[in-house]
Amino acid sequence: MSLLEVNNLDVRFALRRGDVKALRDVSFTLDRGERLGIVGESGAGKSVAAFSLLNLIAKPGYIAGGSIRFDGQELNGMSDRALRRIRGNRISMIFQDPMMTLNPVLSIGEQMIECLKAHRRIGRREARAIALRKLEQVHIPSPEARLDQYPHELSGGMRQRVIIAIALLLDPDIIIADEPTTALDVTIQAEIMDLLLELCEKHNVGLILITHDLGVVSQVTQRMLVMYAGRVIEQGPTREIINDPQHPYTQGLMNALPQMATPGSRLNQIPGSMPSLDNLPSGCAFHPRCGFVTRPDGSERSACRTRVPEFVASGNCRVACHMVAEMLDQERIPAEETPR
Amino acid sequence: MTTQTSPQQSAPLPSRWERLRDSYLLYSFKRDPIAQLSLLVFIVFVACAVLAPWLAPMNPYDLAQIDIMASELPPFWIDGSDPAYRMGTDAQGRDLLSTILYGARVSLIIGFGAVALQALLGVVFGLLAGYLGGRIDAFLMRLADIQLSFSTLMVAIVVGALVKAIFGGATFSAYAVPLLVLIIGLAEWPQYARTVRASVLAEKGKEYVDAARTMGLPSRRIMFRHILPNTLSPIFVISTVQVANAIISEAALSFLGLGMPETHPSLGSLIKSGFDYIQSGSWWITLIPGAVLVVLVLVINLLGDWLRDVLNPRLYKG
Amino acid sequence: MTATATLTRPATAAADSPRPLLEIRGLEKRFSLSGDFLEQLKFKGGKLVREQEYVHAINGVDLEIQRGEALCVVGESGCGKSTVARTVMGLLHPTSGEIHYDGQRIDNLSTQALMPYRRRMQMIFQNPYASLNPRMTIQQTLEEPIRLHHPDWSRQRVRDQVDEVMASVGIAADWGKRYGHEFSGGQRQRIAIARALAVDPEFIVADEPISALDVSIQAQVLNLLMDARQERNLTYLFITHDLAVVEHFGTRVAVMYLGRVCEVAPTATLFATPRHPYTRALMSAIPRLEDDRPQHIRLEGEVPTPVHLPSGCVFHARCPHANARCRQEVPELIARDDGSRVACHGVEEGRIQ
Repeated sequence: MSLLEVNNLDVRFALRRGDVKALRDVSFTLDRGERLGIVGESGAGKSVAAFSLLNLIAKPGYIAGGSIRFDGQELNGMSDRALRRIRGNRISMIFQDPMMTLNPVLSIGEQMIECLKAHRRIGRREARAIALRKLEQVHIPSPEARLDQYPHELSGGMRQRVIIAIALLLDPDIIIADEPTTALDVTIQAEIMDLLLELCEKHNVGLILITHDLGVVSQVTQRMLVMYAGRVIEQGPTREIINDPQHPYTQGLMNALPQMATPGSRLNQIPGSMPSLDNLPSGCAFHPRCGFVTRPDGSERSACRTRVPEFVASGNCRVACHMVAEMLDQERIPAEETPR
Repeated sequence: MTTQTSPQQSAPLPSRWERLRDSYLLYSFKRDPIAQLSLLVFIVFVACAVLAPWLAPMNPYDLAQIDIMASELPPFWIDGSDPAYRMGTDAQGRDLLSTILYGARVSLIIGFGAVALQALLGVVFGLLAGYLGGRIDAFLMRLADIQLSFSTLMVAIVVGALVKAIFGGATFSAYAVPLLVLIIGLAEWPQYARTVRASVLAEKGKEYVDAARTMGLPSRRIMFRHILPNTLSPIFVISTVQVANAIISEAALSFLGLGMPETHPSLGSLIKSGFDYIQSGSWWITLIPGAVLVVLVLVINLLGDWLRDVLNPRLYKG
Repeated sequence: MTATATLTRPATAAADSPRPLLEIRGLEKRFSLSGDFLEQLKFKGGKLVREQEYVHAINGVDLEIQRGEALCVVGESGCGKSTVARTVMGLLHPTSGEIHYDGQRIDNLSTQALMPYRRRMQMIFQNPYASLNPRMTIQQTLEEPIRLHHPDWSRQRVRDQVDEVMASVGIAADWGKRYGHEFSGGQRQRIAIARALAVDPEFIVADEPISALDVSIQAQVLNLLMDARQERNLTYLFITHDLAVVEHFGTRVAVMYLGRVCEVAPTATLFATPRHPYTRALMSAIPRLEDDRPQHIRLEGEVPTPVHLPSGCVFHARCPHANARCRQEVPELIARDDGSRVACHGVEEGRIQ
């Protein structure tokens, strides 16, 4: 049994015009020590997915259905008191902007000790020693001095390291990292990703990495999910999806990267933009932008407009796409030959 | 050649009326009974004040109509009252109801007039200080600091003393309303200036101002056409509270004898004139205008609170 | 009358090479951290002293851009690239150095004299959510620059011009009556580009125009910029931190670190053979799709703040190849035979291959 099992998660926002479905039918698993990436653009619902695991969605959002099983316990519906024992302790989170996550009026040491004392009955001296050890683990130079410094005295990269140290304080089983490097420079980003990778491998900590950067996902994660308009549309081993994306959106996303185009020529772009969640198209949410609704012989695949696609297994991956389903029912056609 | 876009807005363009109807302002208003009640009461006040000449049973400024024999008559729910004077009369025999209506009129005129002056001065100074920065900013803000250290009371005393000394007491009484507008307007402009300056500083850092500058637009146009419309939200919010403050300030000044004269009373001077009579039992001369004043200021403050709450989250979202 | 300042060409430039459209010579810019005069006075050692601290944003930059080029300036936060863009456009005044546009010095011109240049040089900004005035309709936003620079045009002619530029950028005509907040980031950026193109400029400074957008929208906007460049024969100064975009869009690249240019080269050359140690570290840090694990050159230490600049080469504290000369002497940009210019003692001495 996996450490974390999410099944058919449904999250909605109660707005004055009616309920908006932010997540629809999201399912995934995470084993101990495994690194999973959740990829998507803004509005796809990846942050909502992460926050809902610990029931951190602010009103008017609420979990409308589904199950979140962590180590055998059902998290959905758990009291806030019981959830607090898990937050920070067994599942911790890292957010995007290090300056906003740290309290500017408390020293680094204060914040770390506070976190420790909230979950364990230990004295200040012992807490400080643990904090020091964690700062060393994240390779912060002169950690003893840092404990008494304030967040504004540290650079962006260092602050993010401190936050990773705080996330590790209680030796959690899973770390959820929500765009941890988006606000950082490229060289610092590389260092932080390196650090996360090293820590997860060394301490067998699971990682859920949320990002829009396919390069980061490819370097750090073992499996990945691609989200679009609140649903998971493709999931599987990272290497396989990057080398051979099957869902037209994933393909479009990869092709739109400047790395994929010949210098000087126009980039391959996906026409239009992601629909807003209160105005979703019928059937497959991607169909208005998809180039494969029409078959190569000119006929239209009406299912794309009418039915939400179910997952089909394709190799080690699962894809929610009618075209892929159709192809698998017939002979499996290699992805390179599908028309662009 | 042209890149195709599918505009998100396939719905037709909403008209101004539709925008207002669907706006958050109206939505929030419909759900807030206190705001609705306050607005209703306020409108009633303003209507009464504006229509005072037609609503009041008699003209309290007309000395011929005042009957000194009818002084200190109680309001209608107490024995000894006179049906001609529903709210009773004051020490000089003026009908209290009429005096309150005319008095409310004076209070409101001074309140709105003073706020208009404050806003004019404050917005202009705030814009200049915020946008131009440097020495102009330092100078204007020091000016504001100096102004703030003089309370409204001191300004009133100084201006009152000057006018009376130079032009005589009668002139002061004759021009009491514009003078009070001037006094309260001058005393309180720093509030506006500071608020506007803070907004301007925030807007100045936004890229649309940079875009206007790189385009070559002159500073004056950028300040008034680009930045000013975007600083209106905080101006609205403090305006409601400032109106209430101005009314209270005027009432306080009149109560102290530095404001409206006895012959041309506002709510404040009414309260003053009746103050000595509380002991002798004619409490209505002070307390009824007092209650009117309290309710007026209360509804303005409540409206201001509601407006602040409605506009505030938008302020954060920029 | 403004004095025309002619620039003496450096001896290394070929006598017959065309005059560059934009030239930046010895540009320096620093910002005072110390507040106004009263705040600078401090009591030290029994005396009243005046202490001033500066952020040294630009510390000696030489660049030129030829007509038709797309020069990309890359670097990380604190390197000064945005400051260079803003100084070129006249939003900031240089502390020292000169900026020449089409042979004419522009950094010291009066507002009046600068007007014709303002029509020829336009800017696109990073944050699409702040670059449109929330209280103006799109039509008003687009008409304003045209009216400013062509006060003699009739209303109809202004409107025709707006319609034309809207069409060329892919904006539907009915967007004109709407306000900025009704549009998404990518659409707003499109409108900002339309505003820049409305006056038919020849030179565009783009300050991280696509960084704030989603990946699939970035491609759309980048294509738009490329189309505009071809159709209107534009010259670009493109600021970005994304090297993948640079490789795709730029003709030449300048890499900046702490206010100085480390390396300038034609794009293909830079990506094939980066020479400066910082350029190499930067390129290795880009996460690539082919990688299974992060494979970057690890740099020592933290980025120093631009307040207290290191002595000598600004990069020496983090450079794996630094020697004594690097700690003392500021390296100059030296041309190499493949068309690149590198500011590095190690490269000059042949220590770094």
